[in-house]
Amino acid sequence: MIINGVAIDATFAEAFPMKATRAIITAQNEKWAMISAQAMTGFATSVIACGCEAGIERVLDPSETPDGRPGVSIMIFAMGGKGLAKQLETRAGQCVLTSPTSALFAGIDGGTRIALGKNLRYFGDGFQVAKLIDGKRYWRIPVMDGEFLAEATTGQVDAVGGGNFLVLAESQPQALAACEAAIEEMRKIPNVIMPFPGGVVRSGSKVGSKYKALGASTNDAFCPTLKGMTKTDLSPEVESVMEIVIDGLSKEDIDKAMRVGIQAVCDLGAANGIKRISAGNYGGKLGPFHFHLQEIMA
Amino acid sequence: MSALTFTLKCKPDQRVDMSPLVCQKLADMTLAEIGALTLQNGKRKVRVDQLFDVTGSDAQDIVIKNSFSKLDFIGKELEGGRITIEGDAGAYLGLGMKSGEIAVLGDVGLYAACEMKKGFITVNGNAGDFLGAALPGNKMGMKGGTILVKGNVGERAGDHMRRGNILIEGSAGDYCGSRMTAGTIAVMGQTGNYLGYAMRRGTLLLWNQPQASARFNDCGAHTLAFLPILFASFKKLNSKFADSSASFNRVRRYAGDMSEMGRGEVLVKIS
Repeated sequence: MIINGVAIDATFAEAFPMKATRAIITAQNEKWAMISAQAMTGFATSVIACGCEAGIERVLDPSETPDGRPGVSIMIFAMGGKGLAKQLETRAGQCVLTSPTSALFAGIDGGTRIALGKNLRYFGDGFQVAKLIDGKRYWRIPVMDGEFLAEATTGQVDAVGGGNFLVLAESQPQALAACEAAIEEMRKIPNVIMPFPGGVVRSGSKVGSKYKALGASTNDAFCPTLKGMTKTDLSPEVESVMEIVIDGLSKEDIDKAMRVGIQAVCDLGAANGIKRISAGNYGGKLGPFHFHLQEIMA
Repeated sequence: MSALTFTLKCKPDQRVDMSPLVCQKLADMTLAEIGALTLQNGKRKVRVDQLFDVTGSDAQDIVIKNSFSKLDFIGKELEGGRITIEGDAGAYLGLGMKSGEIAVLGDVGLYAACEMKKGFITVNGNAGDFLGAALPGNKMGMKGGTILVKGNVGERAGDHMRRGNILIEGSAGDYCGSRMTAGTIAVMGQTGNYLGYAMRRGTLLLWNQPQASARFNDCGAHTLAFLPILFASFKKLNSKFADSSASFNRVRRYAGDMSEMGRGEVLVKIS
């Protein structure tokens, strides 16, 4: 399959089951909601070493937030429910509770309930106040700038992590420009995040390593500087490869995000140095969800 | 299906215990069976069909017509369904109500919604003393649900209240929110003496400045984030509380009762 001169590999991306949650952060203005959201989703690019994968889903209009203030929707993904709950609580406590004017609300009504502000309330040292409004419990925690309002729980649901595609280009600037164009379109899709810096990862990994202590290592088949010394997957003219990783609430959400992302890359086309689209295929070792590139773009 | 309607034939001299006539108990009963039920009337028992003309069939939608202030225990421990009272209701309306809806077009007597657990009660007129309170000797009043009173309420509204909302469009009598453990009472009108007496936790949300009390300490003026959410939850009500002009988030906060636990609060609208 070739789209605008870009070859779409007959391969598939492998993804794995995760647990996910969503939270809504509001603040006096969008600037401070975004600061808090960025802090909460920081150091959360990969479960390999961060404990979770997190990202900003989208900016919310005041009409969409529970308290009518500007807000940001964030999502956190982890390999298990227990780890997810721990990450959520730690991050909410250190990054949102501390952030001026912030408030924190559930972003998923159903699912398994996990603590959002439920345990943060103890910071109130006995001065905290619970309010049950329309079946939802909120905690009002006195803080130095007034009151921190946090919904007691949010929903945890089954999700899919690790959807991906690779952009193979003739140069590093061209690969990055294509990925930026893809991310801009993918951010318009709900229920997904791209957890890596700016949504793009340049250090895609393979499963396993020559070093026993490591479970993952550099994806040498896609490293352009190793073209002459490993079993490469790159043609001579490819000088740079970048990857976009997608976590989503369902396989369908990731399908949509991959479609618009790959389409944006292909719109730049061969004229802008884009040669191929491939995917992180680990021979079925990584996970049960398979995203076939050519099916997605059909 | 038409509403199951009880039309009072004449007003008895003695009080009537209406607790058998709730939706869950009348489901699957014929009109004849319902008519044969007995109600306590003073010291004697009377058949339902001696007091009421019974028509209709939908036991989930009960209407009581010509109701007056001696019909007690209407909607006692109601579990789902709706009861509409055309007229006044006596004491203990919705006592221990578990779910469902009660609408009273007139006034209600003592202990309305006392120890209510869940559900929604609307009173178009006035309510008597001990609205949403605990029965004498009990320590836990209303535990959930919402009561909306469009008129005034008597003394001790929300006494020992544990959870839920009491919304009063008119004024409240003395000891409003007394011995309250939690929950919210909102009063658009005036409040009487001894507001929040021995209150432990909970919120009294007032539109007008109450009488000063040494038992409450001024915590200053604040913008509270939970108030817009609370007012948003009132939007679906047929009430002044649903008007967007009624909502506010700037309040003066008084903490008390300081002679008790002192974790309660009186929030007074700053206009």
